[in-house]
Formats: sequence, structure tokens, C-alpha cells
Amino acid sequence: MFEYAPAPESRDIVDIRPSYGLFINGEWVEPQSEERHKTINPATEEVLAEVAWAGEADVDRAVQAAAKAFPAWSGMPGAERAKYLFRIARIIQERSRELAVLETLDNGKPIRESRDVDLPLVAAHFFYYAGWADKLAYAGFGPDPRPLGVAGQVIPWNFPLLMLAWKIAPALACGNTVVLKPAETTPLTALAFADICRQADLPPGVVNIVTGAGETGAALVNHPGVDKVAFTGSTEVGRLIARSLAGTRKKLTLELGGKAANIVFEDAPIDQAVEGIVNGIFFNQGHVCCAGSRLLVQESIAGDVLEALKRRLGTLRLGDPLDKNTDIGAINSAEQLAKIRELSEAGEAEGAERWSPACPIPDRGFWFPPTVFTGVAQSHRIAREEIFGPVLSVLTFRTPAEAVEKANNTPYGLSAGVWTEKGSLMLWMASRLRAGVVWSNTFNRFDPASPFGGYKESGYGREGGRHGLEAYLDV
Amino acid sequence: MSERLAVRKTYKLFIGGAFPRSESGRSYVVTSSKGDFLANAARASRKDARDAVAAARKAFPGWSGATAYNRGQILYRIAEMLEGRRAQFAAEVSDADGVGAKKAGEIVDAAVDRLVWYAGWSDKIGAVLGSANPVAGPYFNLSSPEPTGVVAVVAPPEAPLLGLVSVIAPVIVTGNTCVVVASERAPLPAITLAEVLATSDLPGGVVNILTGSAAEIAPWLAGHMDVNAIDLTGAAPELAVTCEELAAENLKRVLRPPAGRVDWLADPGVERMTAFLEIKTVWHPIGV
Repeated sequence: MFEYAPAPESRDIVDIRPSYGLFINGEWVEPQSEERHKTINPATEEVLAEVAWAGEADVDRAVQAAAKAFPAWSGMPGAERAKYLFRIARIIQERSRELAVLETLDNGKPIRESRDVDLPLVAAHFFYYAGWADKLAYAGFGPDPRPLGVAGQVIPWNFPLLMLAWKIAPALACGNTVVLKPAETTPLTALAFADICRQADLPPGVVNIVTGAGETGAALVNHPGVDKVAFTGSTEVGRLIARSLAGTRKKLTLELGGKAANIVFEDAPIDQAVEGIVNGIFFNQGHVCCAGSRLLVQESIAGDVLEALKRRLGTLRLGDPLDKNTDIGAINSAEQLAKIRELSEAGEAEGAERWSPACPIPDRGFWFPPTVFTGVAQSHRIAREEIFGPVLSVLTFRTPAEAVEKANNTPYGLSAGVWTEKGSLMLWMASRLRAGVVWSNTFNRFDPASPFGGYKESGYGREGGRHGLEAYLDV
Repeated sequence: MSERLAVRKTYKLFIGGAFPRSESGRSYVVTSSKGDFLANAARASRKDARDAVAAARKAFPGWSGATAYNRGQILYRIAEMLEGRRAQFAAEVSDADGVGAKKAGEIVDAAVDRLVWYAGWSDKIGAVLGSANPVAGPYFNLSSPEPTGVVAVVAPPEAPLLGLVSVIAPVIVTGNTCVVVASERAPLPAITLAEVLATSDLPGGVVNILTGSAAEIAPWLAGHMDVNAIDLTGAAPELAVTCEELAAENLKRVLRPPAGRVDWLADPGVERMTAFLEIKTVWHPIGV
């Protein structure tokens, strides 16, 4: 591997306050809850800031602010709402370098990804849904589709600002107002977004940000003033939310876990497929719900693919997320690292063979090397449970029918990958895979115009595209 | 000469295209709206519900894999067969709901027309709900609706024929298979409908009909891990909450009971179809 000189992105561009309150009704307010927690840089364990963990009274205040803002916001001509969203999109583009650095600091993902993937998609998402705000009558939901009211939104830590965009942009375009809770380990870009709302002169109460952990989220989704709940996160929490909303009139959309199969046929272009496998599972340290965490490779080429894959993994650079050459950043939290370790140990204990490239690990922070398990059986935990880390389980198959059978043998159904040069086989596979997104000869592509969401226990509802509007309209 | 003794009909369950009795051996008395004895109906058990789910699952690949044109033709065939038994259904509706012959006839007509309406949707819903998405890159990107899978349906008790047809047709026309809990009070039109289904080229297991207590059977279906969705249209409020809670265990899609009384004669809209469809998006690079 070539030696690269360090090429760190400067962090001077971000201005992190020592402590943050809550963003309610267009103002920064001191929480009534006295609980405060530190958010850290997972690459260094350095404390970045202290944030409030909102309690029930704080959540109530935010929901009331959103409810108060709803009549004017939903009654505003769509063209005017659109202009606020376009304005937000533009501010995000202008501040994208700052936001990318902030995201990398708080999350641990490589700057190359926050700069080249997250931030462009965040701006694009606002730009896309801005255009829908005055065209809802043409969206196929009737001549005058109505918003739902107050949306309570709870998002995860893997793509903090992107998940915020996926939630807030369609909600506002449809005329809803929002109370959003970012993840407890990655609140900073959501708090920066609060500032962007002020910069855009968004009417007070249209967007409210309450920071906190699970209890804050529970207070939000169970608040009687909330009309719509949108959650992205674990299937376990999704179940709890679905149960707690039973018997209410709240509309619910869930984007949950996954255990995607990335299926490589013997006629696939191997070098491209290897790039796709790497991108599928090692992008964002594997902290991706749609990650291609199960590689299904046709038996006849399994040896060649594994050899090429291992060679490629030997060139990945793990380390300082702010370094522009870094491929694999830090694991987001000590808790997540413990979970990845636990499942990897279970993989070994159950008899799979573990392999990682030689890869120096920094002394401080949370790190896990790219890891490949071979000899994996479908019954192994590493083939069934979502690891949410840079760990790939390799299985083989002989026939397309066996590939379909194995790929669908999971309670999840978020995404799948198919690698073949044969068009008819690709379409045959795509029609049989029970997953909301099928990437063929590519993987982990996202676009605001393209609906995203799962089958089965990966949740329900779609984000992105025309379909993404349905979650925020009374239809 | 003595009068000829009528041959009475035995009403059974409809599972996997066959008409079994409840494995529990239980039955219950069905009476008309005036309280007169009409028939004994099977009281389905948990085991029957599980058998019905297994039949629906088994039928899913074939039915969802059939062409939309084929599914449309079969739904139209159901309408034809229903029309052919118009008098029998009108009599059963009249007995069940205490409505006059004219009104009962209108209800049967509406049920036939509803089937025809949904039959036509089979090869159009994909065009209406799907999309070619203009993504910012060299990719072909297509979204299409697909059936959710096995759907449990609690049919509306107050509308034993028209309500039943109106909840079954939108579920199956898109390729789902279903297990239906018929109106407990008035199950006879449901079993007669099963006879229509059994002779309409509908593959066995696509529609399975259970009679008995919704409060007893629906929770088993709501908690069943091989059921993908549940339509609670006919569930009483308390039962609906119980079922929705149970449905959370495997994240079933839930269609909640309507807020008010449903006018089954009104235009149904597409919501009953969209509730049990998944959108699949396929990406492929474009290049030479």
C-alpha cells in the first residue's frame, strides 16, 4: 500500500458551543429537565459539547409550539412554503463544508463520505421536496391532500443530518410542523440545522428540535398532540413504537433494520462486484441499515471473489475521520463497538472463520477493523442479526433459486444487491427478492427522487420520491 | 303423500380450496335477523386459523407470480359466478339483514359490480402507483408496487356480502393471499361466496374463509409471525387495539377500523389496495 501524507480537513470552520439548550418555537430555550449529557468525538473520545436531555415537560412545550404553528404553516400557499425549503437547501449548500466537518466530528464517519455523500444528499432532499410543496394536488393523492398536523420524528445516529432531511423536508413540504429528536450520540448537526431554520426566517414552531435519548423519544411519540410518528432506527424500538401507537389515530412510518444479501453470480464483472461488496458493507463503517452484510457468492467463483476482496480490503485506510484519505472511520459509540465485538465473537464461537486485513488501530476512540467471515451458515447469528458494523458474512449458493431462497431467509427486507451481466437473470432476481430496494450492479445508491423503505420487519412507508409524500398526507 | 323434506346445506370453513369442518368440531347456531334458525356454522379454532395461514402462504408465490391480466380475469370470473347465483345471495342477505327483496338484490348487484371494478385494477394499479424516478446520476431507477404477502382480514360484521367482497377483492387483486374472518352474526353469505370462489378458477388458498368468533380468532392471526398484514375493518374497538398491539411483533401492516360507519355503496377509492402493497425500487447503472 502506498504511504499517504496526512491530509486532514481543518476543523476551524466549525464553531461548537460548550452547551446547547433546546430549539423550541424558533428560540433556544433552557430545558426544564436538568439532565445534561456530553456528546463526544468517537475518534478521539474528546468532549465536543454538552446537550440537554429533554423531559416530558420539554417535549410537551415543543409539541405545543408545533401545534400552534400548524394552522399558519399548513394554510400558507404551497409556493411560499416551497420558498422556505429552497432557502434552507441553499443555506445547507453554502454551509456544507462546515456541516460535513461537524458531522464527521460528532459521528466518526470519514470526511470523504460526509462531504461527498451526506451533505450533497441533504441539500438535494430539501431541494426536491421544496418543489413538491405547491404541486401536491398533482401527486396522486386527490385534488386537495391535507397535511396531518404535528409530526414527531425520531432519527438515528448513522446519517444524522441526512436522516433529518429525509424526515423534515417532506413533512414541511406537505404542510406539517415538526418536533424532531436526533440521536443522543449525534445531536450537533441537528442543532446546527436549528440555526439554519433561524437563518432562513422559518416561522417559529414549524421546526422544533429536542435532544435526548430513548425516554425523550418515547415522550415524543406518545404525546397526544402528535398526529404523525416517523421513526428510523432499530426493529426492536420500531416494534415498541408500533405497539404503543395501537388504538390511536396517529399515522406511523418506520424505517428499521436490515440484513441485506449482496448476490454475486458467476458471470458478474468481478472487479466491479468487489467494489460493490466493499461499498455495500464498509461504507460508513457498516453503520447502514441497508448494508450488504450477507455476501451470497456463486460457488464456482467464490474463491476468486474472496481473494480479490481480501486484496482490496488490504488497501482500505482506517483512521482519522477528518483525513481526506480515510476510508473507514470510527465506530460511533462504545456501546455500538461492544455490540459489534459481541456478535463477531459469536461468529467465531459458532464456527465461522474470521479474517481482517493487517490494520493499525488508533489508541484512542472506538474502532473496528474491516472483517470478513467465511464458512457462515444461515443459522449463525452473524447471518441473521443486524451487526451494524464493518463485518461481512460470506455464504455461497449454486443456483439462482437457491440464491433467492437464502436472500429472503430473513425477517428483514430492506435492500438487496444482484451482480450479473445477464439482464433477464437480474430482472428475475429483482422480482423475487422481498426487499424495498434492489441495487443491481451497484449498491448503496440514494437519491431524493427514489423511494426508500422496507418489506417485512424492516418497517413500512417510503421516504423519497412521490411515494415519500404519502407518509405526511392525510390519505 | 307426504311433503318432500328439504335437503339442508351444511356450512363449513373454506381453507386451501377445500371445505373442512372446524378441527375443533365446534359449531354455532346462525339465526336470521328475526331470530329464526337458519343453519349451523363452523366455529373456527386457533388450529383452523393456522391451517388457513399455511394455505395462504402456500398459495402466495403462484398467485403473486400470475400475470395481472390473469388475476383480473379470475376476479371477473368471480363476478360472473356471483351474478349467476344472484337469487341465492339475495335470499341470504335478506335473511341476514332483514332487508326486503329489492334492497337485497341491490346489495348483490353492488357486490358484483365491485368485483368487476376491482378486476379492472389488476393491470392498472402498477402504472398508477409505480414510477420511473429521475435520479441525479446514470441509473435506471424504477419503482413498482408488489403485494405485501399474506393478509388477515376481519370482515365487517354489518355487511355480510357487500362488505365482505369489498374487503377481499382489493387484497387479492394485487396478488396478496388472505385469511378472512367472516361476519360472526351472518356468516352464511361468506360460505356461499366461498362456493363461488371455489368454482371461479381462483387457486386454492388465495382466499380462506373462517367463520366463528372474531374476538377469538383475530388475535391469533394478528400475532401470527407468517402473516404480513391485517385489515381490522370489521374489528370492534377493543379487539382492534388488541390486534394492533399483537401485529407490532412482526411489524404487520395494519389497516385500522374506519372512524365512522362505512357506506359500502360508495366509491371505495384505491386505499384498500395501497394498504397492502409494498413499493420496490430497482436501480441499474446506465452505460456502454
